[in-house]
Amino acid sequence: MQIRNDRERYGLVAVTMHWLVALTVFGLFGLGLWMTSLTYYDPWYRQGPALHKGIGVVLFLVMLARLAWRGYSPPPSPLASHTPLERRAAHLVHGLLYLLLFAIMASGYLISTADGRAVEVFGLFSIPATLTAIPQQEDVAGAVHLILAVTLMALVLLHIAGALKHHFIDRDRTLRRMLGH
Amino acid sequence: MKKTIIPLLLLILGAAAPAYAADYAIDTKGAHAFIQFRIQHLGYSWLYGRFNDFDGKFSYDEKNPAAAKVEVNIRTASIDSNHAERDKHLRGKDFLDVGKFPSAKFISTGFEDKGNGKAVLKGNLTLHGVTKPVSIDVEHIGAGPDPWGGERRGFFGTTKLVLKDYGIDYDLGPASREVYLDLSVEGVKM
Repeated sequence: MQIRNDRERYGLVAVTMHWLVALTVFGLFGLGLWMTSLTYYDPWYRQGPALHKGIGVVLFLVMLARLAWRGYSPPPSPLASHTPLERRAAHLVHGLLYLLLFAIMASGYLISTADGRAVEVFGLFSIPATLTAIPQQEDVAGAVHLILAVTLMALVLLHIAGALKHHFIDRDRTLRRMLGH
Repeated sequence: MKKTIIPLLLLILGAAAPAYAADYAIDTKGAHAFIQFRIQHLGYSWLYGRFNDFDGKFSYDEKNPAAAKVEVNIRTASIDSNHAERDKHLRGKDFLDVGKFPSAKFISTGFEDKGNGKAVLKGNLTLHGVTKPVSIDVEHIGAGPDPWGGERRGFFGTTKLVLKDYGIDYDLGPASREVYLDLSVEGVKM
């Protein structure tokens, strides 16, 4: 597999980041729901959120790198067999996936930093607070974080359904391309 | 006739004395009133927090303290324990459930003067949708003119609540089932 994308294929960097982000997003969604249900005496009561925040910040950095890579090495053009409607729908869903991811990460950051505290990343470094003046910021940001996360997962299901439709019904290379074929 | 009018007049004047009971607005505007709470953390230390948004009034007559009345309304969402993530949790369903119960209130039902500036204030506290009688140990701190042309009077009160009595039963450990309220109240004469 080549490193960069070309007009026909995704390269190693784009493929790796796609699946890494996919795995991380599922993990963070599950971890987020689970950690907020823990009781006070659970050993994960503090570990869970610390992990969620640390991974979230790393995901943000990876997403920035992903966008930069996209600019440096644009993705291949859609398959010739894709209809104009399919192209527009795929384009819209991909754009929304990016947008939602960044909005979710921003809202998560605004919960933890609402009182001016920084976000700790595995004890290695921390991201300082910036915006702290939204009234009841932690509650507003928390509600937005959850609603957008659920919306993202719904959109991810649509994204997966599209990939499976191309693979099993249209029998084209759309899904296999994301594995480097 | 005259003999009965004079005592009657005196009686009316005497009965009119409680009308001198002054009404005070609790000075939340100038933040000279505090609804603080403290609860043990794991049994190892005291955690402090407060409610930032409330209002209320009281009436008090030095000659007849037993007639004192107090009313306080608290916006529960204004809870502040100096930690956003904790405050978010405290406002949620595990604790105050402020979406469903946006306000708490206290209305007094009695005031027992114990002398020496000490008293017991009785009343009904509505919290988390549950109304229960509470007794607050009260200390009269002081009263008099302020430097800006007003008249002020202040009290300190303390009481203890069992969280479970108010339907809040999230398990914070055996040492943290009770929360203490420390109430510092200054009123400006209306």
